Amino acid sequence: MAEFFYFLCAIVAIAGAIGVVALRNPFYAVLSLVCHLFALAGLFLLLRAEFVAFAQIVVYAGAVMVLYVFTVGYVGGDDESVRPWHGPAQKGVALVFAGMLFVELCLAILGSGLKALDGEGAPYEAGFGSPGQIGELFLTTFLFAFEAASILLLIAAVGAVVLARRRGAGRVEADRMTFTEFMRPIGTGTTAEAVGTRDAGINLPAPAAEPEREQLESGRGERA
Amino acid sequence: MSIEWYLVVSAMIFCIGAGGVITRRSPLVTLLCLELMLNAGNLALIAFSRMWGNAEGQVFAIIVMVVAACEVCVGLGVIVAMYRRRLPIDVDDMRELHG
Repeated sequence: MAEFFYFLCAIVAIAGAIGVVALRNPFYAVLSLVCHLFALAGLFLLLRAEFVAFAQIVVYAGAVMVLYVFTVGYVGGDDESVRPWHGPAQKGVALVFAGMLFVELCLAILGSGLKALDGEGAPYEAGFGSPGQIGELFLTTFLFAFEAASILLLIAAVGAVVLARRRGAGRVEADRMTFTEFMRPIGTGTTAEAVGTRDAGINLPAPAAEPEREQLESGRGERA
Repeated sequence: MSIEWYLVVSAMIFCIGAGGVITRRSPLVTLLCLELMLNAGNLALIAFSRMWGNAEGQVFAIIVMVVAACEVCVGLGVIVAMYRRRLPIDVDDMRELHG
């Protein structure tokens, strides 16, 4: 019975992973990743990691994937256009690279000579992988990692809000901002401001930015 | 099933994710492929945790999930900001990041 569930979950997980890479529409790629995550949670259950499996479904397949779906809906999931100069060649190189990486990893796993790899694992004890055991480990041995993770989550949440917030309405130049200028807002004391190549006010160097904007416009037109 | 089988599946998912990061050009799909690679790492961690009968590997897997959630949060924030600035949503056109 375990073999049946193993092969079911493994095949669905690998098919989902291939779907993420191969599907051209980002929305379908996200849905394929959801299938992959559910199958992976099944594999975690087979490995007796109950808590991680359910955290995977609730946190990953639930919350994180909803974030993805909303972003794809907002940004618009247009299909990628394939450019002539690195279409097929890049795909071939990537396939060869992935294949070689897989062979190398398999050699490393199977040739490692670890005897326990052949077995089913350590004998199962009641309570292994239960929320109680994980919680006890988090609050005793891994207390520092627990606190660091909470601070990391807080920083990421604040950072995402700062990055994605709507800037002031008076900034007409915002649509001709380049990515570098966006990452370094005006008045942050960069070297470019000190030597006077960027104005301290809101007027950005328009002539320099103009050709780039045209290039971007043409790039968008080409995609549409 | 022996632990080897799980590790081989983990290696395969990792390679698929790595190939996707190289080929795809949309940053959204690149983030999805990064998730695949992190999940493959999680599967290997949990398989080794089962092998030793020690739940500490599962704690590592949960920390990896936390880091992945942070990465998605910030990455999607950057993509939304790029969209608002009408920058191209394409990793090949983001050439200004190298300073």
